[in-house]
Amino acid sequence: MQYFLEQCLIGISIGGAYALIAIGYTLVYGILRLINFAHGDIFMVAGYIMIFTTANFPIYISIPITIIATCILGVVIEKVAYKPLRTAPRMSIMISAIGVSYFLQNFATYLFTALPSNYPPIYFLKKQIHIGYLKTNMADILTPIITILLVLILIWILKHTKIGLSMRAVSRDYEAASLMGIKINNTISYTFAIGSILAAVGSILYFTNRASVFPYSGSMPGLKCFVAAVFGGIGSIPGALIGGFFIGLCETLIKAVGYSTFSDAFTFVILIIVLLLRPTGLFGEKIIDKV
Amino acid sequence: MLKVKNLHVNFGGIKAVKGISFTVDKGSIVSLIGANGAGKSTTLRTIAGIIKASKGDIEFEGNSILNNDTSKIVKSGITLCPEGRRVFPDMSVIDNLKIGAYLRKDSITDDINKIYEMFPILKHRSWQLAGTLSGGEQQMLAVARSLMAKPKLMMLDEPSLGLAPLVVNNIFDIIKEINQTGVTILLVEQNANKALKIANKAYVIETGEIVMEGTGKELLNNEKVKSAYLGKTK
Ligand SMILES: Nc1ncnc2c1ncn2[C@@H]1O[C@H](COP(=O)(O)OP(=O)(O)OP(=O)(O)O)[C@@H](O)[C@H]1O
Ligand SMILES: [Mg+2]
Repeated sequence: MQYFLEQCLIGISIGGAYALIAIGYTLVYGILRLINFAHGDIFMVAGYIMIFTTANFPIYISIPITIIATCILGVVIEKVAYKPLRTAPRMSIMISAIGVSYFLQNFATYLFTALPSNYPPIYFLKKQIHIGYLKTNMADILTPIITILLVLILIWILKHTKIGLSMRAVSRDYEAASLMGIKINNTISYTFAIGSILAAVGSILYFTNRASVFPYSGSMPGLKCFVAAVFGGIGSIPGALIGGFFIGLCETLIKAVGYSTFSDAFTFVILIIVLLLRPTGLFGEKIIDKV
Repeated sequence: MLKVKNLHVNFGGIKAVKGISFTVDKGSIVSLIGANGAGKSTTLRTIAGIIKASKGDIEFEGNSILNNDTSKIVKSGITLCPEGRRVFPDMSVIDNLKIGAYLRKDSITDDINKIYEMFPILKHRSWQLAGTLSGGEQQMLAVARSLMAKPKLMMLDEPSLGLAPLVVNNIFDIIKEINQTGVTILLVEQNANKALKIANKAYVIETGEIVMEGTGKELLNNEKVKSAYLGKTK
């Protein structure tokens, strides 16, 4: 029982990190109808940025630097690789996203080699905690709390700020949104900025419990978070949140009962089942193609 | 106030607008009428900066606004209430109104109250999602949303499209009312009869060119207009 509950805590924690990344997929999909294949790699690069900055600065400086740098990276990728293809067929921009993904992986390999680099220990997050007879650490407790807090802030932004209003309008109808005076390109940049900030936070929480980063550490989590977003209904933020927690939890429990080998396959089995039963995911809106 | 000079617009090889020129005087109602595919929407969308012109010029209050981006054009005081309403269906009525005022920095509470006076139906539906409104209510919302930007010139693209006769009258009354508050109106309509009746000046567009112009009255009594657009025979 104790083991089971501890595993649940771990699962919820991983799930929180997944949820943060899944939201990035869902936001970008909502606004560009694009699966941003590079998103998982942005998460990986955030890991390296953290390694690099902690080598030179104390933690309380390197965390904000990591978040800001990742945010800039996301926005620049959009401007360079996706914006020029705004009117091109959707397939071209998808291919561009795959290209960016490989570029980031190769670039990381070039700079840091393919060997895992040690992730800096954030002692505060590593602190052991005892809740009753359960042993856990600060990161596992904080991850779901931070995740839910960030999601609440995000929902507040979407509902009550002009940027949020413009993001919702652009997701729905480019032309009508621009007739309101909204600059579509700026709104898209805000979306990538928010998605990348969440990925950076997710990256810090995730790698703290993994201790190393290598150039491909983004691809599997990236895929899983994409699945989480589809599971919840791509385009839906509550969907991505629940999808992230669900996949994190299931995967950990499967590992816990000794089927580690199958935990990744399981993620994709879920995707297939969900797509068969509910093609639009748990909270998915009916897919309305853009005019 | 608005001067369109020899405007040309192409879509790939298709010439949709072929040298249109017209003027809209401050405080007036100007109607553009014409058959399907004549290039009316294209003209309005080009003025709004959604589509780029290939030739010609558009002047607003003495400055060229040709090929400015839409945001800048809205800021200068021109709004377009698009064909097919295009309200944001998954936003509440009040959010639709707020987004109409996107570029404004001043307080909009007074204006929302004014809008609710003008469109009582919207007040009752303030928190309802726009997608669940009836067609007529959505059209009211679209007009109200355009008004929230405090335009000097309001362009309306077929506001009576698909509405019951009673609602159509209602819309035209509202357009007149808006005009009386000092907003200049550029109206595109299939409902030529009504559009000509409220117009100070009107233009007939055929396949991307202006083929006739005159006051609303003149065109209402013109034999060609009568047979082609008003469904009346001699
Ligand atoms: N995005 C586009 N791409 C290609 N051709 C277009 C596009 N938009 C309009 N056209 C063409 O331009 C011409 C004028 O279209 P427009 O929509 O301006 O007509 P309209 O006068 O508004 O007609 P309606 O009364 O049916 O709304 C048409 O032949 C149309 O097919
Ligand atoms: Mg039209």
